[in-house]
Amino acid sequence: MATLTLAKALNQGLRACLEDDPKVLIMGEDVGKLGGVFRITDGLQKDFGDDRVIDTPLAESGIIGTAIGLALRGFRPICEIQFDGFVFPAFDQIVTQLAKMHYRSGGRVTLPVTIRIPYGGGIGAVEHHSESPEAYFCHTAGLRVVTCATPSDGYTMIRQAVRSDDPVIFLEPKRRYWEKGEVDTAVDLFGIDPTSHGPTGPAHASAAPVLGLHRSRVTRPGTDVTVVAYGPMMATVLAAADVAARDNQRSLEVIDLRTLSPLDLEPVFASVRRTGRCVVVHEAPGNVSLSAEVAARVTETAFYSLEAPVARVTGFDTPYPPSRLEDLYLPDVDRILEAVDRTYEF
Amino acid sequence: MSIDSNGSPQAADPAPSNNGPGKTDLVAPNAGTGPAGEGGAVTLLTPDGVRVANATYDPWIADLTDEDLRGLYRDLVLVRRFDAEATALQRQGELGLWASLAGQEAAQVGSGRALRPGDMAFPTYREHGVAWCRSLDPLTLLSLFRGVTGGAWDPAEHGFALYSIVVGSQVLHATGYAMGVAKDGGEDAAIAYFGDGASSEGDVNEAFVWAGVFNAPVVFFCENNQWAISEPSRRQSRVPLYRRADGFGFPGVQVDGNDVLATLAVTRRALDDARSGLGPVLVEALTYRMGAHTTADDPRRYRLDGELAEWQAKDPIARMRTYLESTGRLGEAFQSALDAEADALAVRVRHGCVTMPAPPSDSMFAHVTADGSVDDPHFAAERAMLARETG
Repeated sequence: MATLTLAKALNQGLRACLEDDPKVLIMGEDVGKLGGVFRITDGLQKDFGDDRVIDTPLAESGIIGTAIGLALRGFRPICEIQFDGFVFPAFDQIVTQLAKMHYRSGGRVTLPVTIRIPYGGGIGAVEHHSESPEAYFCHTAGLRVVTCATPSDGYTMIRQAVRSDDPVIFLEPKRRYWEKGEVDTAVDLFGIDPTSHGPTGPAHASAAPVLGLHRSRVTRPGTDVTVVAYGPMMATVLAAADVAARDNQRSLEVIDLRTLSPLDLEPVFASVRRTGRCVVVHEAPGNVSLSAEVAARVTETAFYSLEAPVARVTGFDTPYPPSRLEDLYLPDVDRILEAVDRTYEF
Repeated sequence: MSIDSNGSPQAADPAPSNNGPGKTDLVAPNAGTGPAGEGGAVTLLTPDGVRVANATYDPWIADLTDEDLRGLYRDLVLVRRFDAEATALQRQGELGLWASLAGQEAAQVGSGRALRPGDMAFPTYREHGVAWCRSLDPLTLLSLFRGVTGGAWDPAEHGFALYSIVVGSQVLHATGYAMGVAKDGGEDAAIAYFGDGASSEGDVNEAFVWAGVFNAPVVFFCENNQWAISEPSRRQSRVPLYRRADGFGFPGVQVDGNDVLATLAVTRRALDDARSGLGPVLVEALTYRMGAHTTADDPRRYRLDGELAEWQAKDPIARMRTYLESTGRLGEAFQSALDAEADALAVRVRHGCVTMPAPPSDSMFAHVTADGSVDDPHFAAERAMLARETG
């Protein structure tokens, strides 16, 4: 066990990916000598060479388009998009090409491309540096979309994502990059020859030593209200759970979705059947969002268990505001607890 | 200079047209709408079927035997026949759409036959002639346009990537693939097909940047067929497209795309440069889309009949036939056997198309993702619902 920041955990996870498989490449803007603007790839070019850790021209569609070509040639590229708001020049390549080629080819082509995107707000940045674009990608079949909330998950999930034969959108909560946690870097993630290029295998099965990439997790057990969140909101929700326990003697069960596409909602359904109350929290705007999907599926699946409508706490349906206003925009402890209250007032 | 039936140079040609890499003469933006060869395009076979000498490019086809030459002619004839049959099938409701290659046979066969087995071609949705050269069954192409598959062939098996309908997207794929070839230390090359319209796309220009700075072994093969649906090529560029290469730091060459020999020679040389570590080459093949953009288009709304007639006079098949006949390479027996082969191909294509079974309903859910170990109950429920509906 080591105590690492999320940034360092991701860095070590990427290092392990490069060590595991000579076909793994890292490509992006400033990922080489600089180590990326957030230093997530720090030191990797020095140790693995500029043939495997590639500073690319400043062209996001080019990053993803050439990664597709490299994958067709047998490589396993990890692409870094510098900020959430800069992924859109690559959107066409992601949704029309990367997501669909396996399907169009009748399964003959696989494109194991991982796209890392620092996302979310809360760092006082200028516009286009604080966005939460996850719903765009979840809406496209053929993509896997995951997000980590802790250093431990950062380390394991990036390795699982790179091992996956599917394209994975890997969202990193940038405002949690510098938060620390325990990471077991000796964990046996795959139980198979680490040099194998094979599929991810049953890493998510119950017998696997760590939670699979596409599994949600009950992070904090509770009995009164099910609170569902992911990525940067997890820390906020856990803080709210502390306050609820202290001030209201309410026991919140907190679930980290981790996988946004496909969703793993069985733990949510099981929880709601016990609690009868559900609150879904994310930074992204609420309109046609992950919380809309979760609310719909909880309602369809556990309607008779619900004591109140599923409540949602999200960013507003505005553009991400100037950073002097972001504290008012982002869901916080008060807003989450207010939603919890609403589920009791129905 | 002309070439006799043994392929030996016979007489000096007063006006060889050698304009390879490095040519910088300004050519009018609409040069391509003039006679093929105007504006310095490499030509080895005139529209009248006369072989002209070219010191730079003659060596690149010096190995062709009479049988090879007849083979190229056979390719041209068969892909046109297949294409005509596909157009007819669409008109009869058997295909949802067809993008005809008529007029572009030489550009496609010349470049397609320049490829080696290990090379990878990245087509648009019109490269039926290249597909033919890569041994893809025409019926596999039709399965896409009939709505039976998404174009389900194995790119690795054929050295021919999936058709790409989002214009220009495949040019980046070719570039990345070529970067991978360089990393492998292999001697393969990639070729990216695109049109004059696609040359305006960001992806194509990004591909030029990447291929240039990474010195990727890729040939950018632009079939300038003069029209992007209704827009003439002059709406895409102020300079001839091959000259764009200058700004990206690699050679550009213009070739008469209706001349199968010139296209073969120019593409072979470009691929050889790429393989040799000299980096990318842009080839602009001047040709003409004789038909509509697709069967959903009506070119009478935007172009004049006279233009079509002008290009029909430069037909890629007629000139090859004239050349072979005038040099005694094309006997009646070969021609009649070829005619019969073309008819048989059309019959096979027609029968195979109309009897192609519809895909099983559950195949809609197959291969959405690759990792089958991930379970998704929501997806499984949708799949089960369709299964119940369809019994």
